[in-house]
Amino acid sequence: MLSAEKKTCKYNEHLCKYYEQFKVYRDKVLALNNDSLEKTVAVALALCLVCAVLVSLATVALRPLQNYNKALDMKRNILDVAGLLDDGTDIDQAFKERIEAKIVDLKTGDYVDNIDPAEYDQRKAAKDPAQNEVIPVDKDIANIRFKAKYAKVFLVKNGDQLQSIILPVNGYGLWSTMYGFMALDADAQTVQSINLYDQGETPGLGGEVVNPNWRALWKGKKVYGENGEVALTLVKGTVDTSRADAVYRVDGLAGATLTSRGVSNLVQYWMGDEGFATYLNKIRNDG
Amino acid sequence: MDKETKKVLFEPLVDNNPITLQVLGVCSALAVTSQMSTSLIMALALTSVTACSSAAISAVRKHTPGSIRIIVQMIIIASLVIVVDQVLKAFAFEISKKLSVFVGLIITNCIVMGRAEAYAMKNPPLKSFIDGVGNGLGYSLILVLVAFFRETLGSGKLLGFEVLPLVQDGGWYVPNGMMLLPPSAFFIIGLIIWVFRTWKPKQVEHNEFKIMSIAHGEGGHH
Repeated sequence: MLSAEKKTCKYNEHLCKYYEQFKVYRDKVLALNNDSLEKTVAVALALCLVCAVLVSLATVALRPLQNYNKALDMKRNILDVAGLLDDGTDIDQAFKERIEAKIVDLKTGDYVDNIDPAEYDQRKAAKDPAQNEVIPVDKDIANIRFKAKYAKVFLVKNGDQLQSIILPVNGYGLWSTMYGFMALDADAQTVQSINLYDQGETPGLGGEVVNPNWRALWKGKKVYGENGEVALTLVKGTVDTSRADAVYRVDGLAGATLTSRGVSNLVQYWMGDEGFATYLNKIRNDG
Repeated sequence: MDKETKKVLFEPLVDNNPITLQVLGVCSALAVTSQMSTSLIMALALTSVTACSSAAISAVRKHTPGSIRIIVQMIIIASLVIVVDQVLKAFAFEISKKLSVFVGLIITNCIVMGRAEAYAMKNPPLKSFIDGVGNGLGYSLILVLVAFFRETLGSGKLLGFEVLPLVQDGGWYVPNGMMLLPPSAFFIIGLIIWVFRTWKPKQVEHNEFKIMSIAHGEGGHH
């Protein structure tokens, strides 16, 4: 009897004892009448335990890979707006070589050195009472209510030369807050591209903000008018290229008046004094 | 493979298709079929959930108290769906972004629950697993068919490759924008059901009542 027990017990004798005991209880439970209260509770508990372990294991084990995917996706968005994304681009490498993340204090327009850009998440900061500020209602044209005090911008370098500046923007459209990046040339005035990568506008109408053909219309447009005001805006229909102000005008999206207005407002807000105007001014004066 | 297994596996493809004959799981068939790639991943996700949940539910069927039967099924299905969702987010991030909420909605997909209740509760695990695979394949077949028509006619592409050169890119094909909207899947599924029932007249349902014609009506005034 004793030797037989020893044979089945390969690892730890304590554990084996528990296992034997567990087997006894298990058989008792399994022998119960299916419709008895005890059995119902026991089955529910056991099932929940097994399922909870399964789900937690999957989440914990896969989280690093998921976070990596998310980070990679964000890098892809940034490279895309910088015009550095081709089919065969090695995203991690291109990002490392060409792009530098910086934290900007929106109020002063200066770089902040005591925050690590790799750790800083502007979208999270905008929701955190310790790091955000409430936008006064009369100034909240983009309809976002809160903004982070510090913004994370990306500088595209070509060697030592500044090639373009990538600014995070967001604003409310028709259904959703649209998040995106706007890339300006080194003159902090000419638009290079816009990429509203996260939006929930109507597919086929407002959702066309992601359409490459429409996004291509932004290239070469100017943000600031002669008096330094934000002049760039979307118009209904197609821009009349013969007009002098055509360089400040982008075609609105057909059938999506409210989304177009949302995009106009988002540009107006983030390029204005509440947004990056101070910072961009400094860049212009330094360069 | 013996005859019985073959029947369980292949019958749901045409003869007892969950979408066209049982008309289950139509909701997600409308939502994810505008592109072939999303449809394929959705089909794979649903097939694996149906198969694994059927097997698991069947394994515990003899010890499932009747009073919490549906809850037990739901917990098993929900856990598997979460696992599948997590796996997609880790290994097919782009497509999981497009499928967004619809992977989570597999929990409420009638096919999964339907097979659990109708088959897995009465049959052994292996057979239930095969039944799940079969029904998942039946669903997949329709999804792929619908996606084939919607993506080619709607955007002139198949799996992202150009099939019909579009007018706006200098080709000759004017895309049918309606194909990209969910209602078009209704028409296509309707047409597929029509084709299936013409091919297999046994699937045609008998009228529950007869409409009397006026001219030859019985008991009418002459």
